[in-house]
Amino acid sequence: MSAREILDSIEPHFTKGGRFEKYYGLYEMVDTFIYTPADVTRGTTHVRDGNDLKRTMTFVVIATLFCVLMAMYNTGYQANLAMESMGLEKIDNWRSVPMMLFGYSTMNPFSNLAHGALYFLPIYITTLAIGGIWEVLFATVRGHEVNEGFLVSSMLYALIMPPDMPLWQVALGISFGIVIGKEVFGGTGKNFLNPALTGRAFLYFAYPASMTGDSVWIAVDGYTRATPLGLAANGGLDAVYAADYSWMQTFFGFEPGCLGETSTLAILIGAAFLLYTRVASYRIMGGVFAGMVTIATLFNFIGSDTNPMFALPWYWHLTMGGFAFGMVYMATDPVSAAMTNKGRWIFGALVGGMTVLIRVVNPAFPEGIMLAILFSNMFAPTIDYFVIQANIRRRMKRHA
Amino acid sequence: MEAYISLFVKAVFIENLALSFFLGMCTFIAVSKKIATAMGLGIAVMVVQAITVPANNIVYHALLKEDALSWIGIKGVDLSFLALLSCIGMIAALVQILEMILDKFFPALYHALGVFLPLITVNCAILGGSLFMIERDYNFGESVTYGVGSGLGWALAITVMAGVREKLKYSDIPAGLQGLGITFITAGLMSLGFMAFSGIQL
Repeated sequence: MSAREILDSIEPHFTKGGRFEKYYGLYEMVDTFIYTPADVTRGTTHVRDGNDLKRTMTFVVIATLFCVLMAMYNTGYQANLAMESMGLEKIDNWRSVPMMLFGYSTMNPFSNLAHGALYFLPIYITTLAIGGIWEVLFATVRGHEVNEGFLVSSMLYALIMPPDMPLWQVALGISFGIVIGKEVFGGTGKNFLNPALTGRAFLYFAYPASMTGDSVWIAVDGYTRATPLGLAANGGLDAVYAADYSWMQTFFGFEPGCLGETSTLAILIGAAFLLYTRVASYRIMGGVFAGMVTIATLFNFIGSDTNPMFALPWYWHLTMGGFAFGMVYMATDPVSAAMTNKGRWIFGALVGGMTVLIRVVNPAFPEGIMLAILFSNMFAPTIDYFVIQANIRRRMKRHA
Repeated sequence: MEAYISLFVKAVFIENLALSFFLGMCTFIAVSKKIATAMGLGIAVMVVQAITVPANNIVYHALLKEDALSWIGIKGVDLSFLALLSCIGMIAALVQILEMILDKFFPALYHALGVFLPLITVNCAILGGSLFMIERDYNFGESVTYGVGSGLGWALAITVMAGVREKLKYSDIPAGLQGLGITFITAGLMSLGFMAFSGIQL
């Protein structure tokens, strides 16, 4: 009996009048996750593309593949490196049991990968489980469907966590993101803020001790190493060079940071895939990049005697911290970004400009991309409104 | 000059009356269903704020402050406990006068703003602006800057709020949260976004 036949045979129980009518959402989730939905467009809709929500969302998950690999590899590499420099032979938590197979050597890629996976996977599984419970609960009670959008939110959310985040905080954050960020507005496509970032922002302000500082970016207890961005915020580029970071290193991603944000290369590969499949808007990415370059260059020209961040060139802004990750995966979220083409450029430029502004001017936050995207998310509908109004005025003039 | 620019930026973004201090919430929530209306109200608030804060500043410095009456020869009198009352009175009077002037000379503008002007008289963002001005001891130039800036910040916040609410019309909000409930959640999430500015020292 194939999976299709099993699903077909139990389907009557879940449709209207069946015994498990209430749990149709669950059945639908499993069915459409494995197979293409059988529903087709009804009525006189003008179909331009056979693409659907399932494929769009799945493509985003595929695009994060390299980021996930780098997240595991780099987290493990940083942890092993920290242990070598501290002279530790083994770690004293549950991870030491599976790690007996691999040892703790930075020279051994399998050891790096496994060590990192032991940090990434618990966070990811917690996110999936807790977020999934909320998602299914709302779908069952409210009678809508669970779709692949949740896979994207949870993957992106897991990738922007610091490696050693306590799992109960991970669970709390994704609960806030899913429920307050998305489900109270009616689920996928109805929200106005990016759910993954809403969850992270909640944690950022509720538990700053596990989200900021120098000791959370490497998954070894008691080891402190600042991220390049944190160094630059205090001492400018000199401090970054003094700590033996090169631009190439931050580009390839061998630096402390949140799980998936470190490797600009892996992110750009994902970006190429998203742009080629036209899942993400090149206008938003272009806008973010242009906004960042413009404002960063502007600050370079203004200059400052007291704030070394003013002198940071744009190509460092690109590779340090979460800028690239936010630009490619977060700002391009089609639901919370602007919808009009011109509006997307403006929206993007606002994200990029605000990021640099927060990084340079705001001493309270070394990183700005998260709040910049949330800030721009709430401006997106207003930007669209003005773009549409301008369009109406132009056409009225043309046909007057 | 630089001090004025930073005060302006501070008033618009960092200390946004609506989203950092949650002032003027009743109008902020009641009149934010459509962008066009919200912008009209926002502009009205900005105009009134730009007039009342400096006017209150003059009254405070000329009449109420400690030793302020020394220019007519009365020394040692401190009437600053009357500041709250005088601010309310000044705002109500000024809005009335403004309404009459607009009615007489700018009928188009009067009809656009007409509904909102009486509303503004009792808007706590306006009173809050004047009281902040007294508390922080602004001079006249600063009070003009602060009045325009805080009004603009409030106008910006309500316009953006209206944009989000226009978008939320297409949402599928649970029955218990429809209307006011989701609006409060939205305002809360928006102030989360405005946290981007908190901590900037100018």
